Amino acid sequence: MIFELSFIWAGLIAFAVFAYVLLDGFDLGIGILFPLLKDREERHLAMNTIAPVWDGNETWLVLGGGGLFAVFPLAYAIVMPALYPLIIAMLLGLIFRGVAFEFVHRTKRMQTFWEVGFWGGSLVATIAQGMALGALVQGIAIEGRAYAGGNWDWLTPFSALTALALVVGYAMLGATWLMLKTEGATFERARRFARPLGVGLLALIGSISLITPFLRPEYLARWFGWPSGIWSAIVPLLLALAVWQLWKGLRDGDHARPFLATVAIFGLSYAGLGVSFYPNLVPPSLTIVEAAAPDKSLAFLLVGASVLIPMILGYTAYSYWVFRGKVRPEDGYH
Amino acid sequence: MFFDISALDLARFQFAFTVSAHIIFPAFSIGLASFLAVLNGLWLWKRDEAFLRLFDYWKTIFAVVFGMGVVSGIVMSYQFGTNWSVFSDKTGPILGPLMGYEVLSAFFLEAGFLGVMLFGRDKVGDRMHMVATTIVAIGTLFSAFWILSVNSWMQTPQGFSINDVGQFVPEDWWAIVFNPSFPYRLVHMVLAAYLTTAFVVGAVGAWHLLRSRDSRGAAIMFSMAMWMALIVAPIQIVAGDMHGLNTLEHQPAKIAAMEGHYESFPEGRAPLILFGIPDDEAGETRYKVEIPLLGSLILTHSLDKPILGLDAFPEDERPKSALIFWTFRIMVAIGFGMLGIGLWSAWARWRGRLYEATWLHRATVVMGPSGFLAVLSGWITTEVGRQPFTVYGLLRTADSAAPLQAEAVGASLIAFIIVYFFVFGSGTFYVMRLMSKRPKDGLNMDDIGPTRAAGITPVAAETHQKSGE
Repeated sequence: MIFELSFIWAGLIAFAVFAYVLLDGFDLGIGILFPLLKDREERHLAMNTIAPVWDGNETWLVLGGGGLFAVFPLAYAIVMPALYPLIIAMLLGLIFRGVAFEFVHRTKRMQTFWEVGFWGGSLVATIAQGMALGALVQGIAIEGRAYAGGNWDWLTPFSALTALALVVGYAMLGATWLMLKTEGATFERARRFARPLGVGLLALIGSISLITPFLRPEYLARWFGWPSGIWSAIVPLLLALAVWQLWKGLRDGDHARPFLATVAIFGLSYAGLGVSFYPNLVPPSLTIVEAAAPDKSLAFLLVGASVLIPMILGYTAYSYWVFRGKVRPEDGYH
Repeated sequence: MFFDISALDLARFQFAFTVSAHIIFPAFSIGLASFLAVLNGLWLWKRDEAFLRLFDYWKTIFAVVFGMGVVSGIVMSYQFGTNWSVFSDKTGPILGPLMGYEVLSAFFLEAGFLGVMLFGRDKVGDRMHMVATTIVAIGTLFSAFWILSVNSWMQTPQGFSINDVGQFVPEDWWAIVFNPSFPYRLVHMVLAAYLTTAFVVGAVGAWHLLRSRDSRGAAIMFSMAMWMALIVAPIQIVAGDMHGLNTLEHQPAKIAAMEGHYESFPEGRAPLILFGIPDDEAGETRYKVEIPLLGSLILTHSLDKPILGLDAFPEDERPKSALIFWTFRIMVAIGFGMLGIGLWSAWARWRGRLYEATWLHRATVVMGPSGFLAVLSGWITTEVGRQPFTVYGLLRTADSAAPLQAEAVGASLIAFIIVYFFVFGSGTFYVMRLMSKRPKDGLNMDDIGPTRAAGITPVAAETHQKSGE
């Protein structure tokens, strides 16, 4: 029983985090690209493409954190202090990003300030998330039931590299999202952004993938041992397929294909992380089973989750459906 | 050490600061979401444009307040892990799933339908828009249900056992969720949110009535708010009294500290200390002004039941009286002040002078922010009164904190203080500026500006305004 429940929950938390990365990824990506857009009108248009949905997107982050607390309290208790400055920076960044949606239109004098806040908040939150990812991949020192490292363990060249990769990755999601939701000059600008971003993202994913197996011996064993080593063949193959679709979509000026291909690239990178981590939840030594709350806790929340998560997906899809289609400056949303 | 303050004290202050800043927004948005649902329902029912305009007026304010509630709330969901990791490890198996339910059943619901509520009316039609508005209101109440269950369990824990690594593990979920203080705390808090909103709405209405009596929108909101004050304030006082009885039963030390009773009254006949200066060091309340017997009557509804003072508890298990003696009195005074306004408005209404009663309007304007002060005072009373424990009687606050250095907690605390004062200060200013705009007979979008979650640029809003009306 313990096997099934904790693994089901590991899957659900992984799903929540991935949903967050994708959904808030394009939101934050718009924020990162903000200063590169042409003028205030275009920037606000870009903001409008995410305004109706950003709040729901960010809720997945609350589920990621809250869910970890609920079903893997030990992992939550170890990771949060280990990544303390990053988490605080992320939260503060998200505050500026979140209030900017409303505040830019509540003031004329401070409008530019909140626009800069929207950009800066998005960038800081992304860098913090990227560094947190790198720190997690490198492994977290644990003693007993607590974090045993120092204040600055998360700051390494590798975490800087993952932060850069996430900035480029989110910007790529944002650019291809803009291609999906806009037309005309904005669409073309987004398409021009997407090309170098795509190249950069692939270079960064490539270098991180090459470094990761050599960070820890168990990663090497996972990637080149049997049977998990089979992923070493499958993941790059699928990645090549996604890249081909991306290239094709950008070349043809396709509206949806580049975004979907970027989503696939994110999904495959994420799956690659999963291959490295398994069966740990927090590398190098805290396993999924060890970190799990007692079965009674897992079962209690799973009953609700099995009903509520499908409902959430349903009405989230409905909300996206209501606000579907291209966003135009001249016709607004009403 | 950070300026000679321990990491524990800094973490406590940080939690107190971030949660106090946060509670302001839900206290307002819980009530406002219900108010909006009522306004929208009245518009659909009576087809009186005044209700639609009021809905749009408060909707814009709701969007700003809700946004601030979301971003300050995300901080809370991580604060447990960052600063209170030992607490998280130990209580996670119990409190985690309750908060998980809050996210799954409330946060997603609110966020999912907020966009439709704020500007989807023309896209989805009146019926679906009403559904979305109602769902957002229900979502805020679900959220209150779960988070108050969490907090109440920390006050009156039950339904658990302790495993071999020292975690609280669930035995009986029904007992955990519906722990003894939960029903009282839930009712008390939801009513507080409704009263808080009523007084903000009432104050805005009164403000505009003072400036010009012929504003129909102001008259409607003032009248609705005064009904709420008249009906809900007395219910709240009764609910508060019952909550107090429940606290006396389960957390007598908290009551003793709230009342400034350092000595027990084994034969009852306890006085009510109206005012005084509790001195925790000396163990007495100085300069007290007291009414004989009334303390017993209020606390036990009898004259001769024994009442414990702080001397009945070991010194290291006593909450500090100096602060909560006062916060409790502030809360109670505001409650009776609200009741007073409610009665005053009933009298003015009966005399047919509700919209001309200038002094009532002035008093309501003054009472506008009183709900927030009462909510904060009440929360300080109940949380400081739970000390020195995080899980009452079982897990000490000192044993709950994360293994962090004071420098880290201190630096993040300073960052939070600077950012919160600046960001939420600006937000409060914008909200007040929106409130200072008179609810017009013909709502002018140029004045209010578009709702950002509405996904429209100002240009688009104007275009729409011109073409749509």
